[in-house]
Amino acid sequence: MKFLNKSLLEVRNDIVSKKIKAVDVVQESLSRINTLDKELNSFVALNDKALEQAEAVDKKIQAGENQGPLAGIPIAVKDMFCTKDLRTTACSNILKNFVPPYSATVVKRLEAAGAIIVGKTNCDEFAMGSSNENSAFGVVKNPWDRARVAGGSSGGSASAVAARLAFGSMGTDTGGSIRQPASLCGIYGIKPTYGRVSRYGIIAYASSLDQAGPFAGSTKEASEILKVIAGYDEKDSTSSAEAVPDWTQNISTDMSKMTIGIPKEYFGDDLNPEIKKIAMNAIEILKSKGAKTKEISLPHTKFAIPVYYLVATSEASSNLARYDGVRYGVRIPSSDINDMYAKTRGQGFGTEVKKRIMLGTFALSSGYYDAYYKKASQVRHIILKDFAKVFSEVDAIVCPVTTSTAFKIGEKIKDTISMYYNDIFTTSVNLAGLPGMSVPGGLASNGLPVGVQIIAPHFKEQTIFNISQTLEDNIEKKVPHGI
Amino acid sequence: MAYSDYESVIGLEIHAQFLTDTKIFSSSSAKFGGGDNEHVDAVCMGMPGTLPVLNKKAIEFAIKTGLALNCEVKKKSVFSRKNYFYPDLPKGYQISQYDQPVCEKGFLDVTINGQKKRIGITRAHLEEDAGKSTHHGDYSLVNYNRSSVPLLEIVSEPDMRSPQEAAEYARAVRSILRYLGVCDGNLEEGSMRCDCNVSVRKKGEKKFGTRTELKNINSFRFIEKAIQYEIERQIDVIESGQEIVQETRLYDSTKNKTFSMRSKEEAHDYRYFPDPDLLPLIISDKEIDLAKSSLPELPQQRAQRFQTQYGLPEYDSEILTVEKEMADYFESVVKECGNAKSASNWIMTELLRELNNSKKEIADSPVSAKMLAELVQLIDKNTVSGKMAKAVFMEMFKSGKTASEIVKSQGMSQITDENEIGKIVDQVIQANPTQTTEYRSGKDKLFGFFVGQAMKASKGQANPELLNKVLKEKLKG
Amino acid sequence: MIDEKTVEKIANLSRLSLTDQEIKDYSEHLSNILKHFEEVAKVNTDGVEPIVTPTPIEFHSREDEIKDQLLPDESLRNAPERSGYLFKVPPVIGS
Repeated sequence: MKFLNKSLLEVRNDIVSKKIKAVDVVQESLSRINTLDKELNSFVALNDKALEQAEAVDKKIQAGENQGPLAGIPIAVKDMFCTKDLRTTACSNILKNFVPPYSATVVKRLEAAGAIIVGKTNCDEFAMGSSNENSAFGVVKNPWDRARVAGGSSGGSASAVAARLAFGSMGTDTGGSIRQPASLCGIYGIKPTYGRVSRYGIIAYASSLDQAGPFAGSTKEASEILKVIAGYDEKDSTSSAEAVPDWTQNISTDMSKMTIGIPKEYFGDDLNPEIKKIAMNAIEILKSKGAKTKEISLPHTKFAIPVYYLVATSEASSNLARYDGVRYGVRIPSSDINDMYAKTRGQGFGTEVKKRIMLGTFALSSGYYDAYYKKASQVRHIILKDFAKVFSEVDAIVCPVTTSTAFKIGEKIKDTISMYYNDIFTTSVNLAGLPGMSVPGGLASNGLPVGVQIIAPHFKEQTIFNISQTLEDNIEKKVPHGI
Repeated sequence: MAYSDYESVIGLEIHAQFLTDTKIFSSSSAKFGGGDNEHVDAVCMGMPGTLPVLNKKAIEFAIKTGLALNCEVKKKSVFSRKNYFYPDLPKGYQISQYDQPVCEKGFLDVTINGQKKRIGITRAHLEEDAGKSTHHGDYSLVNYNRSSVPLLEIVSEPDMRSPQEAAEYARAVRSILRYLGVCDGNLEEGSMRCDCNVSVRKKGEKKFGTRTELKNINSFRFIEKAIQYEIERQIDVIESGQEIVQETRLYDSTKNKTFSMRSKEEAHDYRYFPDPDLLPLIISDKEIDLAKSSLPELPQQRAQRFQTQYGLPEYDSEILTVEKEMADYFESVVKECGNAKSASNWIMTELLRELNNSKKEIADSPVSAKMLAELVQLIDKNTVSGKMAKAVFMEMFKSGKTASEIVKSQGMSQITDENEIGKIVDQVIQANPTQTTEYRSGKDKLFGFFVGQAMKASKGQANPELLNKVLKEKLKG
Repeated sequence: MIDEKTVEKIANLSRLSLTDQEIKDYSEHLSNILKHFEEVAKVNTDGVEPIVTPTPIEFHSREDEIKDQLLPDESLRNAPERSGYLFKVPPVIGS
C-alpha cells in the first residue's frame, strides 16, 4: 500500500498540494478491492465512474480551485444509501434492480466535499441483523478471520475499512449496526446523536432510531467525515439545527475535568471476562490521564432489547409497506393486485425481514397497540430518563460494545433471539437518541479485536472524540494479518 | 310505509383540497391536471429513503379554516400513519392525523327555510391525498399527480336531520372555503369531497341507529338525493325486520341509488401510530392571532352587513353573499351607481339568469360591475326606461358593449321631451278616432290601448310617466 | 400466544404470502419474542408519556415553493410495468 495505509487527512493534503494524484489513490483502492474483496465480499456494487471522478478532482486542483476536506478520498457507502444512477438495493432481492434518480443528502455532502464513492457495501437486508448473514448478496467475511462474521448490519462498510479498501465508509446504526461491526473489525465507528445527520435518501428501517455515521481508521478521520455529513437538512423533518462544531480541530486529550460513568448493569457477572478486561483497561487509561470514574446505574437496561424490537419492527412494518412491486423493484406478476403484493413481498423479502414485519404489524394491530407499541414507547421514555439522570452526574459512559469477539459464520444464525441479545450494550443508546462510538480497545486472547464503547449526552460528540483520541494515543494499534 | 315515524341522523365528512402551490409533504406541484405523472417528485412517489416535510402554507390554511369554522386551533397536534395497501397509496400508508387533530370543537350556523340551526363540527385535520387509479378491465393505471395534495378533513357532528340540512351545511362550508381562498370547492372535479354518514331511528328514540357511509357524491343536488334514497332504503330494511349493515355505499347518480362496496368486506385495521418522520405540529399564539387578523369578512358576516348597510332583505343578502365574487361584484356596482336595491335586482334576476344560461362564472361575465352600474345610472337618470333597459342589458351581455354605447347607437334613448311625446300622442289620437270618441264618452278602460299604441309608435322609448301625463291631457279633449 | 391462525391474519394484513413452514416457524418465533416482552409489560409506566423522537429537535416546515420535481422518465424508470407514463398494475378485484 502507498496511500491506504495512511490517514485520509494526510493523503487529502498531499492530493490538494499536488504531491500525489487522486487518480492514483482511487486506483489503489480499486486494485485492493479487486484483489481482496472476492473473498471478503464487502462490496455489492462498484462505481464505474470512480476514476473519471478522481480525474475531475485532479483537474480542478490543477486549475487552482478550492478543494473540499475529502478531496480525492475513496469512501465506501452502505447499500442503504440511495446513490443517483448507481444501483441501490438495501441488500434485498426486492430492490435488486432499483436505480434511484436521486442521492441521499449524506452522499451529496460527501461528493461536495470531494470524496470519491468507490462502491456500495454489503449489509444485512434492510439493515436488519447483527452479522451480515441476512444479505441477499451473501455474508461478509471478517478481515481478521475469514471464517468469522464482520458484524452487522453494516458488515461490508466495516470490513472495507478494516481491510483498507477505502479510507472510510458510511454505515447506519439502528440498534448497534455501526458500533458492533466496528468492534468486531477493530476500527472506529460512530453513531451520532439522533438528528445530527440527515436521513433523507437513506432507506428507512426504523425512523426514530436510524442514524448514519462513519467508519474510519482513527478518531480524527471519523470526526472529519462526520463533520462533512452532519448538519441541518431541510428535507428531513427530524434533522436538528444544532450547530456542527469543528470536532477535529477541537479534540483535546485533557481528561482532568472528565467524569466517566461505569454502568453496573453492563458489567454483570455474566460478562465475558476478555471483554471486561479490555473495557476496564480503557477505563484505567482514562483514569491515569486524570479522569474521575463513578459507578452508575441504568436500571432498565434489561428491557432495552424487547423494547427496541417492538418499536423498531413496528416502524419497519410501516416503512417497508412501500415495497409492493408497483413503482419500482421486483414484481411477481398476478391477475389480482393483492395476490401480486403478497407474492412479491413474500418472495422478495428474506426471512429475517419478514419476521420483523410480522412482529411490527402485530404490535400495532387493533387490540394490541396499547399493550405492545404504546407500552414499549413508554418504557423507552423511562430508559431515556435513566440516561438523563446519569448524565447529570457524569460526562460520558465507557462500557463494552459487544458480548464477544467475532463469532463464526453460521454459529448464531439459527438462534434468532440469542442473536438479538448481541445488541444488549448498544440498543439503549439508539432508544435514547444518544451519540455512541466504538473505539478499538485491543485484541482478545484469540487475537480478535474488541471495541470499547463511549456514550455521551445529546450533541456532545466532542466529548466522545476527546475520549476516543485519548484511548487511541494510549492503546497500541493493531491491523489484521495480510492487510 | 311509516317513513314519518322515523327521523334521520346525518353527519358529513368533507375533504377540502387546499389551493397551495405544492403538496403537503412534498415540493412537487399541487396544480390540478397536468400530464401523466408530471407533478411528482421522489417523496410523493414513496421512493425509498424519502421523507415528508410539512408545507407552511397548508398550516396557515388549516388555521384560517379552523377559525372560520369557530374551532379551537390546537397548539400541538400530531401526524399519524394510516396503514393500508392500495396502488394509489405510494407509501402503503397515508399521513393523516388521528387522535390529536389540528382543530376541534367548532360549529357552523346554517339557515334552513328561514330558521337558523347550529351544526357542530367535531374536528378538522390535515392529511395527504392519494394518487388516482383508473380501471381498464384486466389492468389498472396509476397517476401520482394528486398524491400528497393537502387535504383538510372536516367532520361534523351528526346534527343534521334532513337531506336539505345536509346540503345547506355543505354549501355553507364550501362558501367559507371559497371566501378564504383555501379551496375552490368544486364537487364535480373533486377538489371538495363530501361523504355522508346516514342512520335512521324511530322518532323519540335516543340511541343512534347503525349508520352507513355514502361516497361518490359529486354535486349538492346529489347530496340531497343520495341521502334521501339511503334514508328510505334503511327504513325499508328495518321495516322488513332486517338489520342495517354498517358499511360504505357508493352513490350512483344515473340510477339514483346507493350500492354496497363489495370489495370492502374485510374491516380495515389501519394500525394508526404517530409518524416518526414528523415532529408534532406546534402552532403559536402569534400564528393564530395573525391568521385571525387576516381573515376576510366571512359569508354570514357579509350577508348581515348587506342588510344593515344597504337595507337589503335577508333573502337577497344571502343569495348575493354565497359566492365571494358575486358579493364583490355587487358592492362594486353599488359603489359606482349608489342604488343597492336596483343593483341587487339586476344581479339576482337578469345577470344570474344569463350567466347560468351561458354557463359562465361571474368572473367571466361580459357585463362588468362598472358596466352594470352605468346601466343602473341611465335608468335612474331616465335616459332609458326600465323596460328598454332589459333589452339594453341583453345586448350588453351579448356584445360586451357598454350601455351608453348601445343606447346611443341604437337610438334607444328614452324620449323625455314633452313636445316630442305630444307629437306622437297627436298622431295616435288622429289614427284612432273611434277609440278617441269612445274614451271621451267615458270608456276609461281604453287608456291602456292608447298607451300601447303610443309606446309602439315611439318604439318603446317614450318615458312612461311623461307619456301618461301627456296622453291624459290630450285625451281630455 | 401467537397461534398459526393469528400468523395468517397478520401475514394477510402485511401482504406477505407465507409457506406452511414459514407460518409454523413464525408462530413459534413471534411467541418467543412476546414472551420476552412479558417482563416489559410489568414495568410501571403510570404517568409516563410515550416517546417517539428521542432527541429534542425543533419543528420545522417548508416554504410553498416547487422544487426537485422528477421528470416522468425519471420517476417511471424503475416501473416494473407501465403504459406510457402511467404505472400499470393488476386490478383490485371487486373495484
